[in-house]
Amino acid sequence: MPAHAFFFYVFSLIAIVSAIMVTASKNTVHSVFFLILDFISISCLFILIGAEFLGMIMLIVYVGAVAVLFLFVVMMLNVAQQKNQWFGATSGSKHIPVGMIVSLIIFFELLIVIGGWKLKPDLTNDFINLSTSGATNTHSIGNVLYTDYIHLFQLSGMILLVAMIGAIVLTFRQRTGLKRQSYISQISREKDNGVELVNVKNKVGVKIDV
Amino acid sequence: MFDIGIGHYLTLGAVIFTIGVVGIFLNRKNVIVILMSIELILLAVNINLVSFSIFLNDLSGQIFTLFILTVAAAEAAIGLAIIVVYYRNSGTIRVEEIDNLKG
Repeated sequence: MPAHAFFFYVFSLIAIVSAIMVTASKNTVHSVFFLILDFISISCLFILIGAEFLGMIMLIVYVGAVAVLFLFVVMMLNVAQQKNQWFGATSGSKHIPVGMIVSLIIFFELLIVIGGWKLKPDLTNDFINLSTSGATNTHSIGNVLYTDYIHLFQLSGMILLVAMIGAIVLTFRQRTGLKRQSYISQISREKDNGVELVNVKNKVGVKIDV
Repeated sequence: MFDIGIGHYLTLGAVIFTIGVVGIFLNRKNVIVILMSIELILLAVNINLVSFSIFLNDLSGQIFTLFILTVAAAEAAIGLAIIVVYYRNSGTIRVEEIDNLKG
Protein backbone atom coordinates (compact mmCIF):
# COMPACT_ATOMS: atom_id res chain seq x y z
CA MET A 1 0.00 0.00 0.00
CA PRO A 2 2.10 2.95 -1.17
CA ALA A 3 -0.56 5.53 -0.28
CA HIS A 4 -0.64 4.35 3.32
CA ALA A 5 3.14 4.46 3.46
CA PHE A 6 3.24 7.93 1.94
CA PHE A 7 0.73 9.36 4.40
CA PHE A 8 2.39 7.57 7.31
CA TYR A 9 5.77 9.09 6.49
CA VAL A 10 4.32 12.57 5.94
CA PHE A 11 2.36 12.62 9.19
CA SER A 12 5.08 11.03 11.30
CA LEU A 13 7.69 13.43 9.90
CA ILE A 14 5.46 16.38 10.79
CA ALA A 15 4.85 14.88 14.23
CA ILE A 16 8.55 14.34 14.96
CA VAL A 17 9.64 17.75 13.72
CA SER A 18 6.92 19.53 15.67
CA ALA A 19 7.77 17.50 18.79
CA ILE A 20 11.36 18.68 18.48
CA MET A 21 10.14 22.24 18.02
CA VAL A 22 7.97 21.96 21.15
CA THR A 23 11.02 21.40 23.28
CA ALA A 24 13.45 23.57 21.33
CA SER A 25 11.64 26.75 20.39
CA LYS A 26 12.53 29.88 22.32
CA ASN A 27 9.02 31.23 22.59
CA THR A 28 6.61 29.30 24.76
CA VAL A 29 3.62 30.35 22.65
CA HIS A 30 5.34 28.80 19.64
CA SER A 31 5.83 25.64 21.69
CA VAL A 32 2.09 25.46 22.28
CA PHE A 33 1.43 25.96 18.56
CA PHE A 34 3.78 23.11 17.68
CA LEU A 35 2.15 20.98 20.37
CA ILE A 36 -1.19 21.52 18.61
CA LEU A 37 0.38 20.57 15.28
CA ASP A 38 1.81 17.45 16.88
CA PHE A 39 -1.55 16.40 18.29
CA ILE A 40 -3.26 16.97 14.95
CA SER A 41 -0.75 14.90 13.00
CA ILE A 42 -0.90 12.06 15.54
CA SER A 43 -4.68 12.05 15.36
CA CYS A 44 -4.38 11.90 11.54
CA LEU A 45 -2.15 8.84 12.07
CA PHE A 46 -4.79 7.28 14.31
CA ILE A 47 -7.45 7.82 11.66
CA LEU A 48 -5.07 6.40 9.05
CA ILE A 49 -4.43 3.27 11.09
CA GLY A 50 -8.13 2.65 11.65
CA ALA A 51 -8.89 4.06 15.10
CA GLU A 52 -11.20 6.83 13.96
CA PHE A 53 -12.94 7.38 17.27
CA LEU A 54 -9.70 7.90 19.17
CA GLY A 55 -8.40 10.24 16.49
CA MET A 56 -11.44 12.44 16.80
CA ILE A 57 -11.41 12.26 20.60
CA MET A 58 -7.76 13.26 20.60
CA LEU A 59 -8.61 16.20 18.39
CA ILE A 60 -11.38 17.31 20.76
CA VAL A 61 -9.65 16.66 24.07
CA TYR A 62 -6.07 17.58 23.30
CA VAL A 63 -6.40 20.34 20.72
CA GLY A 64 -9.72 21.69 21.93
CA ALA A 65 -9.15 21.55 25.67
CA VAL A 66 -5.61 20.83 26.79
CA ALA A 67 -3.69 22.90 24.26
CA VAL A 68 -6.06 25.84 24.64
CA LEU A 69 -5.60 25.56 28.42
CA PHE A 70 -1.83 25.71 27.91
CA LEU A 71 -2.24 28.71 25.65
CA PHE A 72 -4.41 30.46 28.24
CA VAL A 73 -1.88 29.91 31.00
CA VAL A 74 1.10 30.92 28.87
CA MET A 75 -0.55 34.15 27.82
CA MET A 76 -1.91 34.87 31.31
CA LEU A 77 1.41 34.42 33.07
CA ASN A 78 3.33 36.54 30.55
CA VAL A 79 6.24 34.16 30.31
CA ALA A 80 6.21 33.85 26.55
CA GLN A 81 9.52 35.52 25.83
CA GLN A 82 12.41 34.29 27.85
CA LYS A 83 15.84 35.77 27.65
CA ASN A 84 17.63 32.54 28.35
CA GLN A 85 17.26 30.05 25.61
CA TRP A 86 17.37 26.33 25.52
CA PHE A 87 21.09 25.73 25.72
CA GLY A 88 21.66 28.79 27.82
CA ALA A 89 25.30 29.24 28.67
CA THR A 90 24.60 30.74 32.06
CA SER A 91 24.11 27.92 34.47
CA GLY A 92 23.01 24.35 34.54
CA SER A 93 24.69 23.57 31.23
CA LYS A 94 26.57 20.80 33.01
CA HIS A 95 23.39 18.74 32.83
CA ILE A 96 23.27 18.74 29.05
CA PRO A 97 25.82 15.98 28.21
CA VAL A 98 24.48 13.62 30.87
CA GLY A 99 20.90 14.31 29.80
CA MET A 100 21.74 13.66 26.17
CA ILE A 101 23.56 10.41 27.00
CA VAL A 102 20.70 9.15 29.18
CA SER A 103 18.13 10.04 26.50
CA LEU A 104 20.14 8.27 23.80
CA ILE A 105 20.41 5.19 26.01
CA ILE A 106 16.65 5.26 26.57
CA PHE A 107 16.06 5.55 22.81
CA PHE A 108 18.33 2.66 21.92
CA GLU A 109 16.81 0.51 24.64
CA LEU A 110 13.40 1.20 23.17
CA LEU A 111 14.70 0.31 19.71
CA ILE A 112 16.13 -2.96 21.02
CA VAL A 113 12.78 -3.81 22.60
CA ILE A 114 10.91 -2.93 19.40
CA GLY A 115 13.22 -5.06 17.29
CA GLY A 116 13.30 -8.03 19.61
CA TRP A 117 9.82 -8.81 20.88
CA LYS A 118 7.81 -11.78 19.76
CA LEU A 119 4.23 -12.76 20.49
CA LYS A 120 3.31 -15.76 22.53
CA PRO A 121 1.69 -18.35 20.24
CA ASP A 122 -1.51 -18.74 22.26
CA LEU A 123 -1.85 -15.05 23.07
CA THR A 124 -4.96 -14.36 21.03
CA ASN A 125 -7.29 -16.47 23.13
CA ASP A 126 -8.99 -13.87 25.28
CA PHE A 127 -8.85 -10.87 22.99
CA ILE A 128 -11.77 -8.56 22.52
CA ASN A 129 -12.02 -8.61 18.79
CA LEU A 130 -11.80 -5.34 16.96
CA SER A 131 -14.47 -5.70 14.31
CA THR A 132 -17.37 -7.92 15.17
CA SER A 133 -19.78 -8.33 12.29
CA GLY A 134 -18.86 -5.15 10.51
CA ALA A 135 -19.56 -2.75 13.35
CA THR A 136 -17.80 0.58 13.19
CA ASN A 137 -14.92 1.49 15.45
CA THR A 138 -17.07 3.78 17.59
CA HIS A 139 -19.77 1.14 17.90
CA SER A 140 -17.41 -1.58 19.04
CA ILE A 141 -15.63 0.74 21.50
CA GLY A 142 -19.00 1.63 23.00
CA ASN A 143 -19.92 -2.03 23.23
CA VAL A 144 -16.82 -2.78 25.25
CA LEU A 145 -16.48 0.47 27.20
CA TYR A 146 -19.99 0.48 28.62
CA THR A 147 -20.05 -3.19 29.54
CA ASP A 148 -16.68 -4.63 30.48
CA TYR A 149 -15.02 -1.40 31.51
CA ILE A 150 -17.95 0.43 33.06
CA HIS A 151 -16.37 0.70 36.51
CA LEU A 152 -13.14 2.09 35.11
CA PHE A 153 -15.19 4.47 33.01
CA GLN A 154 -17.02 5.83 36.04
CA LEU A 155 -13.74 5.96 37.95
CA SER A 156 -12.23 8.11 35.21
CA GLY A 157 -15.21 10.41 35.56
CA MET A 158 -14.40 10.67 39.25
CA ILE A 159 -10.80 11.50 38.36
CA LEU A 160 -12.00 14.34 36.17
CA LEU A 161 -14.28 15.59 38.96
CA VAL A 162 -11.41 15.54 41.46
CA ALA A 163 -9.19 17.36 38.98
CA MET A 164 -11.83 20.01 38.42
CA ILE A 165 -12.37 20.56 42.13
CA GLY A 166 -8.63 20.60 42.73
CA ALA A 167 -8.00 23.18 40.03
CA ILE A 168 -10.77 25.40 41.35
CA VAL A 169 -9.59 25.10 44.97
CA LEU A 170 -5.98 25.78 43.99
CA THR A 171 -6.61 28.88 41.94
CA PHE A 172 -9.47 30.35 43.95
CA ARG A 173 -8.45 33.56 45.65
CA GLN A 174 -10.45 35.26 48.36
CA ARG A 175 -9.85 38.96 47.98
CA THR A 176 -10.03 41.14 51.09
CA GLY A 177 -11.26 44.70 51.12
CA LEU A 178 -13.69 44.12 48.31
CA LYS A 179 -17.27 45.32 48.65
CA ARG A 180 -19.65 42.74 47.32
CA GLN A 181 -23.41 42.64 47.13
CA SER A 182 -24.80 40.36 49.85
CA TYR A 183 -28.28 39.14 49.10
CA ILE A 184 -28.76 37.63 52.55
CA SER A 185 -28.06 40.84 54.40
CA GLN A 186 -30.23 42.79 51.97
CA ILE A 187 -33.21 40.52 52.36
CA SER A 188 -32.90 40.06 56.12
CA ARG A 189 -32.80 43.79 56.78
CA GLU A 190 -35.70 44.80 59.00
CA LYS A 191 -37.24 47.99 60.23
CA ASP A 192 -35.62 47.74 63.66
CA ASN A 193 -32.04 47.80 62.52
CA GLY A 194 -32.59 49.68 59.30
CA VAL A 195 -34.48 52.78 60.42
CA GLU A 196 -33.67 55.02 63.33
CA LEU A 197 -36.00 57.67 64.57
CA VAL A 198 -34.25 60.81 65.71
CA ASN A 199 -35.68 63.69 67.64
CA VAL A 200 -34.45 66.77 65.84
CA LYS A 201 -33.94 69.80 68.06
CA ASN A 202 -34.98 73.12 66.73
CA LYS A 203 -32.19 75.21 65.20
CA VAL A 204 -29.59 72.55 65.98
CA GLY A 205 -30.24 69.95 63.38
CA VAL A 206 -28.93 66.46 63.46
CA LYS A 207 -25.56 65.03 62.64
CA ILE A 208 -25.74 61.95 60.51
CA ASP A 209 -22.87 59.47 60.58
CA VAL A 210 -22.88 57.06 57.78
CA MET B 1 9.94 0.39 3.25
CA PHE B 2 6.48 0.75 1.71
CA ASP B 3 4.93 -1.96 3.85
CA ILE B 4 3.97 -0.15 7.02
CA GLY B 5 3.88 -2.57 9.92
CA ILE B 6 3.66 -2.28 13.65
CA GLY B 7 7.39 -1.63 13.87
CA HIS B 8 7.05 1.71 12.10
CA TYR B 9 4.44 2.92 14.55
CA LEU B 10 6.41 1.66 17.54
CA THR B 11 9.51 3.44 16.26
CA LEU B 12 7.53 6.66 15.91
CA GLY B 13 6.32 6.23 19.46
CA ALA B 14 9.88 5.64 20.68
CA VAL B 15 11.14 8.75 18.88
CA ILE B 16 8.42 10.99 20.32
CA PHE B 17 8.91 9.47 23.79
CA THR B 18 12.62 10.21 23.63
CA ILE B 19 11.98 13.77 22.47
CA GLY B 20 9.70 14.26 25.46
CA VAL B 21 12.33 12.87 27.84
CA VAL B 22 14.97 15.15 26.29
CA GLY B 23 12.60 18.08 26.73
CA ILE B 24 12.29 17.33 30.43
CA PHE B 25 16.02 16.81 30.94
CA LEU B 26 17.36 19.77 29.04
CA ASN B 27 14.72 22.34 29.83
CA ARG B 28 16.12 25.74 30.71
CA LYS B 29 12.94 27.72 30.26
CA ASN B 30 9.78 27.49 32.30
CA VAL B 31 7.80 24.71 33.87
CA ILE B 32 5.04 24.86 31.26
CA VAL B 33 7.39 23.34 28.69
CA ILE B 34 8.01 20.45 31.10
CA LEU B 35 4.25 19.86 31.26
CA MET B 36 4.12 19.91 27.47
CA SER B 37 6.92 17.32 27.37
CA ILE B 38 4.87 15.12 29.70
CA GLU B 39 1.99 15.44 27.25
CA LEU B 40 4.34 14.33 24.47
CA ILE B 41 5.35 11.27 26.49
CA LEU B 42 1.72 10.33 27.09
CA LEU B 43 1.09 10.81 23.38
CA ALA B 44 3.87 8.35 22.55
CA VAL B 45 2.36 5.82 24.93
CA ASN B 46 -0.99 6.32 23.20
CA ILE B 47 0.61 5.65 19.83
CA ASN B 48 2.04 2.38 21.14
CA LEU B 49 -1.28 1.26 22.62
CA VAL B 50 -3.29 2.10 19.51
CA SER B 51 -0.86 0.45 17.12
CA PHE B 52 -0.78 -2.75 19.18
CA SER B 53 -4.57 -2.65 19.39
CA ILE B 54 -4.93 -2.40 15.63
CA PHE B 55 -2.26 -4.87 14.63
CA LEU B 56 -3.24 -7.52 17.19
CA ASN B 57 -6.97 -7.05 16.53
CA ASP B 58 -7.73 -6.38 20.18
CA LEU B 59 -9.89 -3.50 21.36
CA SER B 60 -8.49 -3.18 24.90
CA GLY B 61 -5.65 -0.96 23.76
CA GLN B 62 -8.02 1.70 22.48
CA ILE B 63 -10.02 1.56 25.72
CA PHE B 64 -6.84 2.12 27.70
CA THR B 65 -5.92 4.97 25.40
CA LEU B 66 -9.20 6.61 26.34
CA PHE B 67 -8.35 6.29 30.03
CA ILE B 68 -4.85 7.67 29.46
CA LEU B 69 -6.45 10.61 27.66
CA THR B 70 -8.63 11.25 30.71
CA VAL B 71 -5.70 11.12 33.10
CA ALA B 72 -3.64 13.37 30.82
CA ALA B 73 -6.38 16.00 30.74
CA ALA B 74 -6.74 15.90 34.54
CA GLU B 75 -2.99 16.08 35.00
CA ALA B 76 -2.70 19.08 32.68
CA ALA B 77 -5.47 20.91 34.54
CA ILE B 78 -3.97 20.28 37.97
CA GLY B 79 -0.43 21.04 36.81
CA LEU B 80 -1.40 24.31 35.21
CA ALA B 81 -3.35 25.29 38.34
CA ILE B 82 -0.26 24.60 40.47
CA ILE B 83 1.85 26.66 38.07
CA VAL B 84 -0.61 29.57 38.25
CA VAL B 85 -0.56 29.49 42.07
CA TYR B 86 3.22 29.32 42.12
CA TYR B 87 3.52 32.23 39.72
CA ARG B 88 1.12 34.23 41.86
CA ASN B 89 3.14 33.56 44.99
CA SER B 90 6.69 33.91 43.72
CA GLY B 91 6.46 35.82 40.46
CA THR B 92 8.45 33.39 38.38
CA ILE B 93 8.11 29.91 36.95
CA ARG B 94 11.58 29.66 35.48
CA VAL B 95 13.19 26.33 36.14
CA GLU B 96 16.46 27.77 37.43
CA GLU B 97 14.77 30.08 39.91
CA ILE B 98 12.54 27.44 41.44
CA ASP B 99 15.00 26.20 44.04
CA ASN B 100 13.11 26.40 47.30
CA LEU B 101 14.02 22.82 48.17
CA LYS B 102 17.71 23.38 47.56
CA GLY B 103 19.66 22.75 50.74
